[in-house]
Amino acid sequence: MSDEIALAVNGRGVQMPVGATVAAAIATASAYCRRSVSGEPRSVLCGMGICFECRAEIDGRPHQRSCQILCSPGMRVSTPGQNG
Amino acid sequence: MRTTEKQFDVLVVGGGPAGLAAASSAAEHGVRVGLVDDNPAPGGQIWRQGIRANSEAESWVRKLQSAGVEILCGTRVFDHVAPNLLRAEMHDELLEVQYRKLVLATGARERFLPFPGWTLPNVMGAGGLQALVKSGYSIAGKKVLVAGTGPLLLAVASYLSAHDAEIAMICEQASMWSLTKFGFSLLKRRDKIAQARLLRKDLTGVPFATSSWPVSAEGDGALKAVLISRGGKVEKIACDFLACGFHLAPNTELAALLGCRLRQGLVEVDQVQQTSLPGVFCAGEPTGIGGVELSVVEGQIAGHAAAGQGDLARRFFPIRQRLRKFAGALDRTFALRPELRELAAAETIICRCEDVTYSRLKVQTSWRAAKLQTRCGMGPCQGRVCGPQTEFLFGWSQDSIRPPIFPARVESLGAMLRDVEPEYCEMRGQK
Repeated sequence: MSDEIALAVNGRGVQMPVGATVAAAIATASAYCRRSVSGEPRSVLCGMGICFECRAEIDGRPHQRSCQILCSPGMRVSTPGQNG
Repeated sequence: MRTTEKQFDVLVVGGGPAGLAAASSAAEHGVRVGLVDDNPAPGGQIWRQGIRANSEAESWVRKLQSAGVEILCGTRVFDHVAPNLLRAEMHDELLEVQYRKLVLATGARERFLPFPGWTLPNVMGAGGLQALVKSGYSIAGKKVLVAGTGPLLLAVASYLSAHDAEIAMICEQASMWSLTKFGFSLLKRRDKIAQARLLRKDLTGVPFATSSWPVSAEGDGALKAVLISRGGKVEKIACDFLACGFHLAPNTELAALLGCRLRQGLVEVDQVQQTSLPGVFCAGEPTGIGGVELSVVEGQIAGHAAAGQGDLARRFFPIRQRLRKFAGALDRTFALRPELRELAAAETIICRCEDVTYSRLKVQTSWRAAKLQTRCGMGPCQGRVCGPQTEFLFGWSQDSIRPPIFPARVESLGAMLRDVEPEYCEMRGQK
């Protein structure tokens, strides 16, 4: 379908609607976003670019706020793991 | 990194209801208007545009476009370089914006309170989960507990329910008595009654508990269940998501950086929304949490005044007066109960950026001491999440704001360095 975008989260293919954010793709892939300084898994809290919990590596660039970045075709998103 | 320079007669920071209204009103007078916003699309939080457009935001944006307003999305202001000059990051560019008049419409964020387990994935802000769904996450079939305080809870529960989530319960910390009083104050507002009726229709059959709040969240790697306090007893509710927000905290960082006077955490403004700094206006939530209608009216006043047509703003004064009364009622109704100060355990994390626990903070004497001794508030969110919490828990006020007010790339910080140490940069061959 032309109004879907295919991208990869931790190597797994995800289809997202046009206008979706990377944070939504990470949640759809049942992954968490980052590990905290003491090693806890963390994901989106505020959803609006304030809390920085949604940071992830997007196309090789680390620490991107995934809730403020839109999905694009062929994007590769990397996070430390999947939800327990 | 490329640097782009722009000049506007009126610059508006923030593309929510207040910012859109301000830009539109200013543009009516033929001045050059620019609007910058951090999000991928204008609309702010309440009119967020994600996988679907928002008709309110769209109609304002059409107005702005036909008036020739330049809209810069994905643009995050991080420094005030010199009088009438802000610096921002825009995608891969550095943006330097000069302005004659400035309107701050920076909105609000959700206030979060700490309880054991609140850092687990899938424990989110109420508005946060709504934003994630508007941004393309499918909530269909997921079980969601909505908790906290404020009118946002009902709006979020109704939105999620309309998107096929199963709402396990809505837990409102305010008492039935205080909601009833609030209800009576609404009887004078027909539009509010209509809104409330619509929400109730969407939420038929969903349990709504008052004097109820989350005590802890459980799960191994991700949320499994939430313990709530209800009627003095603790109940366990299994769920996939906890959508939890304790009303709103205004975004006043940029106003504080500029040197605008704040009182009790809010930006002080005069009749035409001008701050203590001449030529700098502020509209919407940073002047007091009052919701979308008040934000639009304040934005209109600020926009006319910033374009030098303060007299035209007068006709909005009576309606602003009326809407501010409603804002006052909101504050009283959803005031946080003292029991919520007791939820965090010794090992509960307060500062999520630096993983600083409650027990380490409890012994500190001030926000400044906590920063120095524990790194609380020193991570990338710069105290935006833990600041309002420590204010509620310990009565600390955040006393100093320094640039950059958002984390910026090394290249952008290089630009800051050039301001203070031009000789040093020249020596190093940096321009």
